[in-house]
Amino acid sequence: MRKTVKKFIEGNVAMVEGAIAAGARFYAGYPISPSSEIAETASKELPKHGGMYVQMEDELSSMATLLGASLAGKKSFTATSGPGFSLMQENLGLGVMSEIPAVIYDVQRCGPSTGAATKPAQGDLMQARWGTHGDHGIIALSPSSAQDCFDLSITAFNLSEKYRTPVVFLADEVIGHLRETVVIRQPDPSEIINRRQPDPDTKPENFRPYDFSGNTPAPMPFIGDKKFLMRTTGSTHNEKGAFCPTPDNINRVTNYLTNKIEKNADAIVITREYHLEDADEVIITFGCCVRSAMTAVDRLRQKGIKAGLLQLVTIWPMAEKKIRSVLSSVHRVIIPEMNLGQLANEIRKFNDYGCKIIQVNRNDGILITPQQIIDGLEAK
Amino acid sequence: MKKEISIFINERLCKQCGICSALCPKKVFTQEIGHPPVITNLEDCIGCALCQMRCPDFAIEVEVK
Amino acid sequence: MATYKDYMLFDKLPQTWCAGCGEGIALQSIAAVLASTGYDKHDIALVSGIGCFGRVDDYLDLNCMHVTHGRALPAATGIALANPNLHVLVTMGDGDGVTIGGNHLIHCARRNINLTAIIANNYNYGQTGGQYSATTPTGSITSTSPYGHVEPPMDICKLAAAAGGTYVARATSYNPVQMRKLIKDGIYHKGFSLIEIMVACPTHYGRYNKQGEAARMMKLMNEQSITPEEASHMTEEELSNKIVVGCLVNKERDDYYTKYHKIIEEEREEA
Repeated sequence: MRKTVKKFIEGNVAMVEGAIAAGARFYAGYPISPSSEIAETASKELPKHGGMYVQMEDELSSMATLLGASLAGKKSFTATSGPGFSLMQENLGLGVMSEIPAVIYDVQRCGPSTGAATKPAQGDLMQARWGTHGDHGIIALSPSSAQDCFDLSITAFNLSEKYRTPVVFLADEVIGHLRETVVIRQPDPSEIINRRQPDPDTKPENFRPYDFSGNTPAPMPFIGDKKFLMRTTGSTHNEKGAFCPTPDNINRVTNYLTNKIEKNADAIVITREYHLEDADEVIITFGCCVRSAMTAVDRLRQKGIKAGLLQLVTIWPMAEKKIRSVLSSVHRVIIPEMNLGQLANEIRKFNDYGCKIIQVNRNDGILITPQQIIDGLEAK
Repeated sequence: MKKEISIFINERLCKQCGICSALCPKKVFTQEIGHPPVITNLEDCIGCALCQMRCPDFAIEVEVK
Repeated sequence: MATYKDYMLFDKLPQTWCAGCGEGIALQSIAAVLASTGYDKHDIALVSGIGCFGRVDDYLDLNCMHVTHGRALPAATGIALANPNLHVLVTMGDGDGVTIGGNHLIHCARRNINLTAIIANNYNYGQTGGQYSATTPTGSITSTSPYGHVEPPMDICKLAAAAGGTYVARATSYNPVQMRKLIKDGIYHKGFSLIEIMVACPTHYGRYNKQGEAARMMKLMNEQSITPEEASHMTEEELSNKIVVGCLVNKERDDYYTKYHKIIEEEREEA
């Protein structure tokens, strides 16, 4: 058992520490700013834990290799940023359709295309949600501190294993390169979720790698299991994993892939609140903007304004219930984000209450300051 | 000693591609377009099983005793 | 003794391919070789891509991972590295293996990942209607080269050899006996092995290029076939219309897992 230690490390390094603590033992990736420290740290740390690092020729192959390793029994992760995340969409879709767990760290930077490679942004919300084609559900988590990078990594792997799905760890350059004291602990085994295995009494011929009857994925033996043969495919398939493109089955599978996440949103969604209970002015945000928002709340409170913060830790599925309760109880919300309104537009979908939505946006690679949030509130 | 050879043709699986009849080194089959092969010259068969191995449709089995 | 049927989902036949397509011949060879190895099915992993030959997993009773177009080798890399005790087979066509997936083939061979790639080369994209691929011969007619193909074809085996592949071989579907031997040697080989299988596509390539029915296409393949020994005495021009069959490369080199595992052994901290 590893001892609990405190380390002064950047978010990118804390992500690897968290992944290893969660039981991850395989990394496949392609270096890209501003995520490369994740690759470097993984290459250094994984062998110490009996794990393996492989640097692939591109992100297309990285994502495919990740899924292969996961299927053969290793909890697997990769790291990238916008342009690489675009290439990963192909096999992110394969992971969604085949229902193979994996964690993808996306340390967001300015885009589109090469954009400004070293500058922070939060422009990948929609790429995480809809980057791969076709209807499906997705889970994405967003850290706001280096400690989050560690703790939420464990959450990300747990969700990935539980729901048999790739999970996106939607960090940003600010958090990735933010150096803070991080408590590195070895989680209790009871904290770790591993993919469900078939009931030992199941006869091999009765085992089915897929189950579309409810919103819970089928058990998932490893390739190499001595009793069960495993079969996965990116083609629309039946319970046996056999190609089955009938209209009824296509309908059934895509609905299942969506419902598996959306109908379990209550169990997946994580939010945090800061002075929200009595707030009249509410900031809703995520990632690095949470830090500016907390300072803004403090300053507004000093001025006698009852400000509060709702932090979205899970970006996908969206915290619909919590957002609705805020929208229905205040006159206006302010949404700072380092893009031109990707989160604000999602929140508008829930606004059946006439709540005023104020956007504070930056997409120039510069952090949103607390004062900008306060100015945004006072200008309207 | 003469080998005892049996050839089984599964007409359900046969797609009548003509590979077996055209490439058999001993011309054991005859085949017309639109029909599966017919074994018409079993006595010349040497049991090489090339017809079985070249059948893309798993429609031929050769048994040599 | 096990037969090819023991490794197949035989009740799923008839298979999906066109009449005379050589891919069923390759499928039977793979299943027959597995039967001859006697390997436990649970210790075999088959990764297939997209394309006509990507459909082989439909008929094999093994651990199967059916992936995206061109990415079968990377997916198989993950499996081979995560569990070195598995026998990993990868089935691809020429489009999958060396056109959209060409870069992965180069790097998989270079890393010497312990797996066996079986590439069925039918000179075109059969599943989408016979468009040209990276192996389509110059001058050939395909559905997207109606005036004759202007590009030179890629030699799959030369590419794999140049990239560092440690076992490289080629067979035609005319000769299923040689095909079986080469696939078996490739499976027993430790490291990256690649077997290219020339298969006839009478529906598209054969029809467009007036090569006749399947049997005639297979005979033509056989007429073009020469041994590596014969090839060594021929000029580049003389070789242009030939198919060199047999084992082309067979050498030893530590595979990626073996080399990386030494690092793990040295760096591993006590749990």
